[in-house]
Amino acid sequence: MTTGILFDIKRYAIHDGPGIRTTVFMKGCPLACPWCHNPEGIEPVPLLTYNQSRCIRCGACVENCPQQALRLTAEGVVSTGVPCTLCFTCTEVCPSGAREKVGRQLTASQLVNEIRKDAPFYDTSTGGVTFSGGEPLMQAEFLLEVLEFCGHENLHRAVDTTGHANPEDLMAVAERTDLFLYDLKMMDPDKHKKYTGLSNHLILENLKCLAGNGADIIIRIPLIAGVNDDVKNLEQTGSFLKLLAGVNKVHLLPYHDFQKSKYHRLGMPYGSGILKAPDRQQLARVRKQLESFGLQVAIGG
Amino acid sequence: MNARIKKLRQQSFRAVPDISIERALLETEFYKAHFGKYEIPVMRAMFFKYLCEKKTIYLGADELIVGERGPRPKSVPTFPELTCHTGRDLKILNDRIMTPFKISQADIQAYETRVLSYWRGRNMRDRIFNQVPEQWSAAYKAGLFTEFMEQRAPGHTTLDGMIYKTGMRDFKRQIARRISSLDFLNDPEASDQAQQLKAMDIACDAAIVFAERHAELAEKSANTEQDALRKEELLRIARVCRRVPAQAPTDFWEALQMYWFVHLGTIMELNGWDCMSPGHLDQHLAPFYEKGLIDETLDREKAKELLSCFWIKFNNHPAPPKVGVTAKESGTYNDFTNINLGGLTRNGTDGVSEVSYLILEVLDELHLLQPQCNVQISDKTPDRFLKAACRVIRNGYGYPSVFNTDEVIMEQLRVGKTVEDAREGGCSGCIETGAFGKEAYILTGYLNVPKILELALNSGVDPLTGRQVGLATGDARQFKSFDALYDAFEKQLNMIVDLKIRVNNYIERMFAHQMPAPFLSVLIRDCIAKGRDYYNAGPRYNTTYIQCCGIGTITDSLAAIKTHVFDQRAVTMEQLLDALACDFAGHEALRLRLHNKTAFFGNDDDRADCLMQRVYGSLFNAIDQKPNTKGGVYHLNMLSTTCHIYFGKMLGASANGRRAGKPISDGTSPSHGADRNGPTAVIKSLGKMDQVKSGGTLLNQRFLPDLLETEADITKFAQLIRTYFKLNGHHVQFNIVSSDTLKKAQVYPDDYRDLLVRVAGYSDYFVDLDAYHQQEIIARTEHGSF
Repeated sequence: MTTGILFDIKRYAIHDGPGIRTTVFMKGCPLACPWCHNPEGIEPVPLLTYNQSRCIRCGACVENCPQQALRLTAEGVVSTGVPCTLCFTCTEVCPSGAREKVGRQLTASQLVNEIRKDAPFYDTSTGGVTFSGGEPLMQAEFLLEVLEFCGHENLHRAVDTTGHANPEDLMAVAERTDLFLYDLKMMDPDKHKKYTGLSNHLILENLKCLAGNGADIIIRIPLIAGVNDDVKNLEQTGSFLKLLAGVNKVHLLPYHDFQKSKYHRLGMPYGSGILKAPDRQQLARVRKQLESFGLQVAIGG
Repeated sequence: MNARIKKLRQQSFRAVPDISIERALLETEFYKAHFGKYEIPVMRAMFFKYLCEKKTIYLGADELIVGERGPRPKSVPTFPELTCHTGRDLKILNDRIMTPFKISQADIQAYETRVLSYWRGRNMRDRIFNQVPEQWSAAYKAGLFTEFMEQRAPGHTTLDGMIYKTGMRDFKRQIARRISSLDFLNDPEASDQAQQLKAMDIACDAAIVFAERHAELAEKSANTEQDALRKEELLRIARVCRRVPAQAPTDFWEALQMYWFVHLGTIMELNGWDCMSPGHLDQHLAPFYEKGLIDETLDREKAKELLSCFWIKFNNHPAPPKVGVTAKESGTYNDFTNINLGGLTRNGTDGVSEVSYLILEVLDELHLLQPQCNVQISDKTPDRFLKAACRVIRNGYGYPSVFNTDEVIMEQLRVGKTVEDAREGGCSGCIETGAFGKEAYILTGYLNVPKILELALNSGVDPLTGRQVGLATGDARQFKSFDALYDAFEKQLNMIVDLKIRVNNYIERMFAHQMPAPFLSVLIRDCIAKGRDYYNAGPRYNTTYIQCCGIGTITDSLAAIKTHVFDQRAVTMEQLLDALACDFAGHEALRLRLHNKTAFFGNDDDRADCLMQRVYGSLFNAIDQKPNTKGGVYHLNMLSTTCHIYFGKMLGASANGRRAGKPISDGTSPSHGADRNGPTAVIKSLGKMDQVKSGGTLLNQRFLPDLLETEADITKFAQLIRTYFKLNGHHVQFNIVSSDTLKKAQVYPDDYRDLLVRVAGYSDYFVDLDAYHQQEIIARTEHGSF
């Protein structure tokens, strides 16, 4: 049995597909979008987070670190300069939860046991499970196995994808998926590369292919003021989607910066300077423009 | 809301509660003149009639439904025969900042000289405390349990539909027939029954006199009324008061006034706990509503106006204030009338009607402190009704609370009620299950379950006082296994429960003999047939409840001890006990380890949830089926109301990392901050409690408004509730507020006076809560971050 690596499982997810759902956040993503809400999901390996405000300076991590990589200061625990080997001993001995391991390994059947826990809620609400990330297709083999197991139990399966994936993998996933939540960030390949690190060529091709195969798809657009809310991008988006058979639902996800503190805990820089949340008027304008292409547009998931 | 309702609502909202000494003076006069001349039931009924004849009555401008317990709205009488305030108590009530009751210095003086001088040593509370065993007092003072009947009469009474078909004159005829059938030669109880029945007959007369006085007042007011419309209304009020409660109501207006007079009668006669409740009000009113629409004597707007007038009447009646230490601490005006909407009819069909929706509208528009309202949801209840209720919940008043009708029925079938009686039953007070109109289901007090574990850890010694209050179960440091500790806990539990029951039974007899309630007995089925009082096995069913508090705290504490002391052996019992003894001073790392590295209740994690099941099983075995003195038995109930705060104050630090003095978990909710996996995990954990074996459980959940923004959110919220009920949940209630709002309300209370929040089984004004309660509301887990 294959194992996968996750960074979270959220229950009572009510904005990730129909009904009451459990959303499984899988680690690893080929893109590096500066507005990412889940920066802990980008790296495909476990990460160490340190939340200074929870630290009580008890020194347990310093005493127990096999590398002697930590030392205690008035501001909290800092590196001695010796590199961390990510053995996570410190997270086990930390009483306050200031040091935490983000990312855990599970087998497919262990994960299905977790997903099954909320089955009574899926039954009442025609909900199910959503695989998100990160990019779930980064762990295609594991994802396929879990989807297969969920299928045996008639659980509704949604996959939230960036679309940047091996086309064969994606088609195999599509056979075991009831609904795609497909992220479409922007249409201009150069701009896409500038913001996310990769061109959108594969993403658009994959989307065409999926739609051609008759997959059930909801398009999700993270809307960031000044980045992808311009008339031109929306025009291109609308025209592209209009040509895809069976694709007519769009969810706009307005950017917010609630995740700022996450970056801090991960010791990652946060590029919030260039990012702005769209205001209500901008949202209304975007919605109207996309609706003019005959699309059904909703704000939020 | 029309102009009349706006005005009456404002008046009620703004009226400052005060204490009226009128009832106490009349009662003392009456007792001095008559005590000893008559059998006690008859004397109690005669006093009730005397009160109905003499008390100041009130008819406010614009009112349509009339009658007040005191001389005016929010003027609250005392009940010195039960518990007599001292001058100091009254002064505290007048001076306290939270929920004061105003009273003049002259009245305090009159009370001391004319009331207290007579009742000191004679009132029920003094008599109870003079009789209880020393062991009981020690446990009571240590905060192991509370005793309901030291402050108020046994109550939690709710009516069925009988009064809408039966007037007082009909009851008098039933009583006369029953008296004429008594067999004085062969039945040894016949003479006692004759006295009880005679008392009930007098009580019926009292209610009629009370209504007629209102009719006269209305007629008199009409004579001088200049406004023609109001004159007409006053004459109508007079006609209504001439009809009810003497005869059964014939229309919607009369039905409401019928209930209101009956309600007033019961709360003037005695101050039974949780006031009095109409029960399934929508089902009772539906036939009158429909009839009114058909014969065109009523329309929707008029019905709503009358209902609103009726609603405001409840709000005019704050809970009678307590005495003694609790006078300073207790903080609510709420008297816990809890109206049931929806549910099932006696025949098992859906009970929702147009009136159910109408009442939801009134509830939403008026959003008053009282009466409380809940929706009863069965499998047959339409989704559109549940969603209508969810939309009111979204507005954040903390009500309606939501009950699982099918579970409530199963709970009653388990204890032997008929299915029809069970369907006519429901929930009153906070979450208590009962067969409305047919049962005395008496709550006797809260049990501090985490405190019992504290006794087991300290060989029966209360660490706060150093007194031996429990059994000497041995030094916990010597326990070789978790089971050895658990065994000690069970021994302490059984001893404490037996101690409580022994005194409960004594108090039960005291009320049966000394403080019968003849008027209430008229209203509850089988009291007339049996010729027995409500407090003396008159009702068809006679249940006694003990309410167990802190299941979350004790489960988490046991889980922490099991994990760290016995399974991982990372902490010794000695280290743990030392840390608890000094409230974790110098042991913060240990405290955090216990708190953060233990699987807690409320996360759908069997490591904790199985311990919850074990504790619940022990509570059930200790309480359920023990006989009371009325031919009924004890059952357990899982609610804390606000008592988890008092119990927390009486409890040292606990092994789940909770600091000394902090509240224990409320109802059956997880401990604060323990549930970290969202509401579905909480619900799954609660679903593992075999709730059908209880007389009710209470789950508090806080939701932020943004989770209920759209109609799709409302649908999912309703589905969340449905799923809990599918898992046999009894009750759930939601606080829809943001913690920012609450924090602002703490700083600027005047700007947030009408901010209603769900406290326990009821709603209260947030700014009326003390700092402890406020903090606790803020601390309750916010399920806002997913």
